[in-house]
Amino acid sequence: MIVSFKLNGEETTARVTGPLSLLDMLRDEVGLPGSKSACEQGECGSCSIVLDGELVCSCLVLAGDVEGSEVTTVEGVAGADVLHPVQEAMHEAGAVQCGFCTPGFVVAAVDLFESNPSPTTSEIKEALAGNICRCTGYGAIIRAFEQLAGRGT
Amino acid sequence: MGEGATALAGGTDLMVEVNFGHTRPENVVALRRVEELAQWEGGRIGAGVTWRRLERDGPRALAQAARTVGSPQIRNAGTLGGNVGTASPAGDGLPFLAAVDASIELASESGRRTLRWDDFFIGVKKTARRPDELISAIQLPEALPDRQEFAKIGVRNAMVIATVYCVVTRAEDGETRVALGSVAPTTIRARRAEELISSVASPGEEDLREFARLVSEEVTPITDHRSTEQYRRHSSGVLARRLLERCLR
Ligand SMILES: Cc1cc2nc3c(=O)[nH]c(=O)nc-3n(C[C@H](O)[C@H](O)[C@H](O)COP(=O)(O)OP(=O)(O)OC[C@H]3O[C@@H](n4cnc5c(N)ncnc54)[C@H](O)[C@@H]3O)c2cc1C
Ligand code: FES
Ligand code: FES
Repeated sequence: MIVSFKLNGEETTARVTGPLSLLDMLRDEVGLPGSKSACEQGECGSCSIVLDGELVCSCLVLAGDVEGSEVTTVEGVAGADVLHPVQEAMHEAGAVQCGFCTPGFVVAAVDLFESNPSPTTSEIKEALAGNICRCTGYGAIIRAFEQLAGRGT
Repeated sequence: MGEGATALAGGTDLMVEVNFGHTRPENVVALRRVEELAQWEGGRIGAGVTWRRLERDGPRALAQAARTVGSPQIRNAGTLGGNVGTASPAGDGLPFLAAVDASIELASESGRRTLRWDDFFIGVKKTARRPDELISAIQLPEALPDRQEFAKIGVRNAMVIATVYCVVTRAEDGETRVALGSVAPTTIRARRAEELISSVASPGEEDLREFARLVSEEVTPITDHRSTEQYRRHSSGVLARRLLERCLR
């Protein structure tokens, strides 16, 4: 079947066969590899995207279920040549080690700061509870967002 | 819903099964954007209401449970209807439904029917739903007890399947309900413990101890990779007592 949806602001169509996840459709059919595939069971958050305004795991969304929906991936959080303040904060704090978890953290943190521009440390931790960093670089990740929260966006 | 079709709500249970090749649904009925299922009026909670909304607007003990589900991503997608549909003994929403004697509303082309929770949940991941029926809503009684508390015991705070789930409610007149999850094939009520404590206006140490003992006696847990039968039995009593004490405060 052909799925038509709005991806990072642009009308997009993709062909899907069988029960494909949105994550696989984004990576393999659309060619946007920013969302990472690791656990495929909603545990790690590396595939986080925003679907119709809600932060969700794209590995748990059926591709066909986004017909007519709006999807924002990490590729769409900022313009082509600029960083989102969330990305800048992570860069400055050295919050990236291997980088595999980074897109998921970026999407989850952008979602957090949109609804709450100055979260407390515990609000930051709660908002990121669904994102796992296998390099265990949580210290720097949390610090990045504490600094961003202090500064305000 | 046509026979042979699979309902898909938030996908947080179903898509895991799909991704791991445990199921390959041929026909999927996608419910995420069905407005009627997202409706919530008074005690009638549409099956499509998400944990996120329950966390914000649910009755106290259901909101407490919702707050502990998965992660923000899971709470944004996962629904109460999906929790009921999966019918896992470890479903976070189920002890509350059992404690307040909720009913499950089912809809099909031949009409609607409602089943009380204990007629609906019939075994581990087994329900009385016919293949052609959708879960349309969860119905709570009009008046809910003022005092209601939820807690679960697990190895960490976030993203964990717990070993014991418990809801205790207590009404003005002392009527007490105790529902427990993950300690029997379905969610259960500890009826003997309820009966004992409901008739005591201000329970003292002796009553509380007997209450906990009865709860531990009434559960029928198993030993698995998460915990042992003994630990689950013991912690059921401890947890129920603690929640009762919170209700009494
Ligand atoms: C990482 C992770 C963490 C989790 N943590 C928890 C947790 O802490 N506590 C907990 O209880 N659960 C947890 N879950 C399980 C799951 O999120 C919940 O059970 C959730 O409520 C399922 O809802 P859903 O809308 O996503 O269901 P779906 O996956 O869409 O559906 C679940 C089942 O119900 C059926 N179904 C759904 N809606 C209907 C309907 N209206 N009518 C008929 N059948 C229907 C589907 O066919 C399917 O069999 C977790 C899952 C993941 C992936
Ligand atoms: S790949 Fe989706 S949560 Fe891990
Ligand atoms: S930086 Fe390596 S997984 Fe987080």
